[in-house]
Amino acid sequence: MTAVAVDGVWKFYGDYPALRDIHLEAAPGTCLALIGRNGAGKTTLLRIVAGFSRPGRGRVRIFGGAPRDTETRRKLGFIGHGISVYDDLSALENLTLYGRLYGLPDPRRAAREWLERTGLARVANGLVREFSRGMRQRLAVARAFLHEPQVLLLDEPFTALDDRAIAVLQRLLREALASGRTVVMSTHQLREALELATHVALLTRGQVAFHGPSTPEMAADPGYVYARYGEG
Amino acid sequence: MRFFHQVWVVAAKDLRAELRTKEAINSSLAFALVILLMFSFAFDPLADTTREMSGGLLWIVFAFAGTLVLNRSFARELPNDCLDGLIAAPISGAALFLGKACANFLLVLGVQLVSLPVFGVFYSVPWTRQFPELLVVLGLGTWGMTVVGTVSSALTVNIRLRELMLPMLTYPILFPALLGAMELTAELVNGNPIAPDKLGFLKLMIGFDVIYTAVSLALVETILVS
Repeated sequence: MTAVAVDGVWKFYGDYPALRDIHLEAAPGTCLALIGRNGAGKTTLLRIVAGFSRPGRGRVRIFGGAPRDTETRRKLGFIGHGISVYDDLSALENLTLYGRLYGLPDPRRAAREWLERTGLARVANGLVREFSRGMRQRLAVARAFLHEPQVLLLDEPFTALDDRAIAVLQRLLREALASGRTVVMSTHQLREALELATHVALLTRGQVAFHGPSTPEMAADPGYVYARYGEG
Repeated sequence: MRFFHQVWVVAAKDLRAELRTKEAINSSLAFALVILLMFSFAFDPLADTTREMSGGLLWIVFAFAGTLVLNRSFARELPNDCLDGLIAAPISGAALFLGKACANFLLVLGVQLVSLPVFGVFYSVPWTRQFPELLVVLGLGTWGMTVVGTVSSALTVNIRLRELMLPMLTYPILFPALLGAMELTAELVNGNPIAPDKLGFLKLMIGFDVIYTAVSLALVETILVS
């Protein structure tokens, strides 16, 4: 079964079509990098796939289910532009909260385990507002991975990450892919993304200009896809 | 059971965050106490007319002070896009809404219970004489206010002038519940039991709470997912 299927999706803001007839698929164990210039529609598409926004036309399926189905949401992990953790709670309280919301059998243990895996165990009880930017980003990664989602949706995941956080995220994504999970990420950091991506989709003005497997040319020259299929 | 557990998780998170910062509760309480003090200067507390409208005065204070708590309800989710985290979680919009409404209810009720003795002192009214009945009326009025305010908070969360929009949306809808609460509170804070001819107001408040809770639970998913 296809992990993520986007079928004829349109999204309008007023009369303006931000997405036009998008068709995309991602199989289990693959990593799809969504690339495109600012305003191409990457974030809009990811938010529709995540179920935060409804498409004007078309439909999205995650393992055959609609994104807003409760069971589908258990399978999704999302990292957006914001880190989605509370400044006034500690790192442990934040992850325990999400563990409870996702119905994990032992939320506190899962929270401690992920704090350990992201190198935040020693600040588990520190308030997030006192964290550095890199620590906050690593906590966001821990939050997204906490419930072991089958599909990871990442919106610009490498932006504003320090070297350590990039290394942590890349390691976790590699492990996720190796265990058959699916990753869909929008990104401008082509070099980091193409190290992981098995497939690439280029969005241009709300349309898919290219969708296919990642090739050695793309990895060697991140500008290749834009030059060949995009706006140059 | 799972639904109520999720409601509790959301409510406990909101209460914990609020009690840690005390942003909304401090401003709401300070506002309520200052307005009660100002009203005690503006109206002769011992005059019969003031006693007759004491229920109205009290609920005006509660309504405005409550808005300060309700405004923070969904606005608290804005920093770091925390609302995305909640919407992404496998909980229904109804559980999220009800959790937030319960937390707001407890916070607003807390402000009211602190304000009430101050009101009793300033206006020299025997507010404790019918306290159980008064508590029921406070509970019903506050739940109505909380439900309408919480759903309005969700509606206005992404609007720049949400502090202005929330009361503009909330108060007109709240009118029936506030009317009942004012009528009944005026009797109860003056030590009188609820007269049989005023029981209709109690039914009005119960009906308001049931209808708006049901409507809010049905609409909240649509409101949260654009």
